[in-house]
Amino acid sequence: MLQRSKTRPQQQLSLGQRLLRDKALLLFALPGTALIIAFHYVPLLGNVIAFKDYQPFLGISGSDWSGWANFAVIFNGDPAFLRALKNTLILTSLQSVFVFPAPILLALLLNSLFSERIKRIAQSILYLPHFMSWVIVVALFQQMLGGSGLLNNYLRSHDLATIDIIGNSELFHVLLTSQIIWKDTGWATILFLAALSQIDSQLYEASSVDGASRTRQLWHVTLPGLRGIIILLFILRLGDSLTVGFEQIILQQQAVGRDVSEVLDTYVYNNGVIGGAWGVAAAVGLVKGLVGVALVLAANKVAHIFGEQGVYQR
Amino acid sequence: MTRKIVNGVPMPSWPMRMFKGLVLLVFCVAVIIPFVGVISTSVAPNKQINEAGGLVLFPESISLAAYESLFAGGVVTQALFVSVFVTVVGTALSLTASCLLAYALSRPSFAAGRPILLVLLFSMLFSPGIIPTYLVVKGVGLLDSIWALIVPTMVSAFNVIVLRAFFMNLPNELTESARIDGAGELKIFGYVVLPLSKAVLSVIGLFYAVAYWNAFFSALLYLNDSKLWPLQLVLRTYVINDTQLGSAELGTELLPPQSSIQMAILVVSIVPILIIYPFLQRHFAKGVLTGAVKG
Repeated sequence: MLQRSKTRPQQQLSLGQRLLRDKALLLFALPGTALIIAFHYVPLLGNVIAFKDYQPFLGISGSDWSGWANFAVIFNGDPAFLRALKNTLILTSLQSVFVFPAPILLALLLNSLFSERIKRIAQSILYLPHFMSWVIVVALFQQMLGGSGLLNNYLRSHDLATIDIIGNSELFHVLLTSQIIWKDTGWATILFLAALSQIDSQLYEASSVDGASRTRQLWHVTLPGLRGIIILLFILRLGDSLTVGFEQIILQQQAVGRDVSEVLDTYVYNNGVIGGAWGVAAAVGLVKGLVGVALVLAANKVAHIFGEQGVYQR
Repeated sequence: MTRKIVNGVPMPSWPMRMFKGLVLLVFCVAVIIPFVGVISTSVAPNKQINEAGGLVLFPESISLAAYESLFAGGVVTQALFVSVFVTVVGTALSLTASCLLAYALSRPSFAAGRPILLVLLFSMLFSPGIIPTYLVVKGVGLLDSIWALIVPTMVSAFNVIVLRAFFMNLPNELTESARIDGAGELKIFGYVVLPLSKAVLSVIGLFYAVAYWNAFFSALLYLNDSKLWPLQLVLRTYVINDTQLGSAELGTELLPPQSSIQMAILVVSIVPILIIYPFLQRHFAKGVLTGAVKG
């Protein structure tokens, strides 16, 4: 990915001369690079407030250092923090078990269709929800499954018992998981379908000559062809495992209460931006970010040990 | 038992084909029904909505009363202006900054290319966290400004890398011959590279546009003044949280039932995406994937 074209002879200019020659390109790159640095790297420095008793009117440099005091909620196991951690872990497990495999299954289904036309129509429909905002998705779910939604109105008009789904704290984790499946399963098939189309069709022909059934082909040709992309996406998912969907949850938090809906990201938002406990919130956010990076690096290492390519090369 | 074999894959049995068709049908219907319900309810007459107690799938007649009251100049009209402004201006700025950066990075001889590329790639590995980002936005004075919805998310590292991969695949001879003819970088970029990149530009532009249109988190975080609210925040307040929209908010005395107003707000925020969706779809299988895979 970083290779350079070999068409030009190696130039014997010093770095300064080359930069001077490339001043137009430097100017081109300036606005974009400056924005990335300002909003991705400078905030990293802002994490120092995790070690400070930050007071907005004093500013970052004016606030007193407080050492590891802000991290006490994590190390001493503050109940509100543990609650957020617990919900995050429950949701991330549900997502790994139900959300992650869903597009693989759907892609296999789409790939096995013989009619190109049906496949195209299905794809057009299934990709659509991905482009809807979480606000719209949550509103649509309310209209379908809420107390006066389509489902319950139907049940009521046929004198059947209504089902309390939206605003029911017991079903909240299931609801969140099914919303993600509804929104993103279709779109996520796109990468698996691309990988499936890369599989050499001679493998299928050769195996069918040898008398392989569909199940055998699935097991010995199709799934091995998907292995690389599945491992890659699983590593990336691991890195995000403490991120379980901020917008989706904050939109529905009011209806079910924090006991089931507080996750690490909403904890940071509710305590920091809303509650004013900036230092504590930043500390929790910082630890969460570091754990995420560590998980990606560790998962990538494991992938290398098993001889897979992973996200980046050694 | 012998089965027909197509391209090396045996035809599935009939029960299996029926089963797969059914699964696909259920999934597609589950996606479509909510949209149909919302659009139908927004135009359905009052009487029918009241009888149904909420969502209507097949309107008996068409009534645009809900839309008339939305566009009468109240909060929703205002939010629509904000959202359109953010989407149009934001997409234009995003595309400009991203293309310029991607073009510079795509030049093999660019001395600063490699370090800048590494800066981009590393920024994708971690997220800086909600609180520090909020403090930076506050620090540069963007709090409670409409630009807070645009500037922090203006350049997406992923999109820049996709664009760069596309620019790198353009034939080198074209840019070199322009250079020999005496064209500077700006001319090569504007007259050679951009005209050849319409497909990838439209996909990336639509991605940016959808992201700006859907932005909810940044608005929630950075905007306290409800006059600056984009459509997504209005949607949350009046549809999800069910706050009543009265004549004071709508700016009109004409008051259709709440549920049809709510559905009309939803439709207003869905329809622009439905309109650009076919254009997006035509390109993304080709444009995005080739870029992403090679990126």
